[in-house]
Amino acid sequence: MKEEIIVSGRMNQLIDPHLHIWHWQISLYLFLGGMAAGILAIAALYYIRGREKDYKTAVRITPFLAPLLLVFGLIALFIDLRHKLFFWQLYTNIKLQSPMSWGAWTLMVITPVSFIWCALHIKEIFPKWDWKFKWLYDLEAFFSKYKKILAWVMLIYAIILGIYTGILLSAFNARPLWNTSILGPLFLASGLSAGAAATLLLSKDAKERKQFARIDLVLIGIELFLIIHMFMGFLASTQVQIEAAQMFLGGPYTMSFWIFVVMLGMLIPALLEIMELGKFHIPVMIPAVLVIFGSLMLRFIIVYAGQVSRWLY
Amino acid sequence: MRYAMAVDTRKCVGCSDCVVACQTENNVPIGFCRDWVVEVMDGTYPQLEVEIRSERCNHCVNAPCVRCCPTGASHIADGGIVLVEHSDCIGCGACMASCPYDARYPHPSGYVDKCTFCAHRLKNGMLPACVDVCPTKCLYFGDLDDPHSDVSLVLKKRKSKTLIPEAGTGPQLYFLI
Repeated sequence: MKEEIIVSGRMNQLIDPHLHIWHWQISLYLFLGGMAAGILAIAALYYIRGREKDYKTAVRITPFLAPLLLVFGLIALFIDLRHKLFFWQLYTNIKLQSPMSWGAWTLMVITPVSFIWCALHIKEIFPKWDWKFKWLYDLEAFFSKYKKILAWVMLIYAIILGIYTGILLSAFNARPLWNTSILGPLFLASGLSAGAAATLLLSKDAKERKQFARIDLVLIGIELFLIIHMFMGFLASTQVQIEAAQMFLGGPYTMSFWIFVVMLGMLIPALLEIMELGKFHIPVMIPAVLVIFGSLMLRFIIVYAGQVSRWLY
Repeated sequence: MRYAMAVDTRKCVGCSDCVVACQTENNVPIGFCRDWVVEVMDGTYPQLEVEIRSERCNHCVNAPCVRCCPTGASHIADGGIVLVEHSDCIGCGACMASCPYDARYPHPSGYVDKCTFCAHRLKNGMLPACVDVCPTKCLYFGDLDDPHSDVSLVLKKRKSKTLIPEAGTGPQLYFLI
């Protein structure tokens, strides 16, 4: 038996018995950022492929959620900072090795781009919208002219945003649960699936809803594949990662992860969507809300469980 | 120049003088610490083995906290000392999450704080406070590039280990065993 006692000194409630530095703010931001990335990536992709007419909601309406999500996400991030008034230091440095620096600069690009994208489609929501000033009309005309370039920028940065939310955690070798590169693609897939679910909620067009139910199904399949892969990777890895996986395979996070994330967030909505695509009539609300809820829970559980997992020496 | 510290786990009695000396010297806020003492008990009674370690920041060669810092506040200063520039730190907590030794804490003023190897004392030719005060003289400090420094000499003479070298951090806190 090996027992470790801290005799003195580090009676730090933020570290012992395990790290408590990131709370709901970071989890919520990872979800909001991921969902906004999903919404914007889907909108940009369909616009670039010239399917704007077929998927009107996804390209023109759902993106109105993105700036809101991003702004709330940024507020959550700001609340998390302990040295708040120094936040501008993020924008006087470019640190290529730091995922957080990548994220800060990505948000700096994607947030204004998402606002511009909404401004270009404002008439979809407020048909009588008047920009009032000539220069605003000129600006709108300018961005309309280069909308394709804007869409490409939006697509690329949305994907970076979606992946970085996972890479942010996976770059920490000190927390074995986070230290897997699968987290990047997993969070991207989960964000895209939440983004598709948002369109599923808002769309009134049956054909579009059918398409997004299909997209969601594919994404849920990818997520399940990545989750299985993640645990296989953990179990085949070092002792600390085996222990990290065991938190989810019988340990304290087993119930919450498999019930809220996998069952309610993936399997049940997938089943409902398959039934919907068949002949059954199911209110589209249910699978869409479940997918978004599952995506939120995934972030919360991974952020909290990661801080429990640690090296032992 | 490459500063390092060696801790003699056979001489350390776990009195925690190093902890108190550091807190006093560096004005560490109550409830926090930059160094701490760990006692590891191994085996089943009556065959027990005890190891007592005075731990602090490992001033890693490949410091994850420096890599993940988004503003460059965490940096490697002269002599390989890992320092935090308070006015560059935004208190995001990434460095705390990245440290496998959990050697950092958030200072109540907002920035993240940690062991500095008493850089302000080294500048004046003094030893770190913890080394100076140790009653059993179990802490050795010095420049690894200087073959005659205390730490180089003791590391040449004695067997030593570092903590979780497999984390890839290149720790510079040696434990004599």
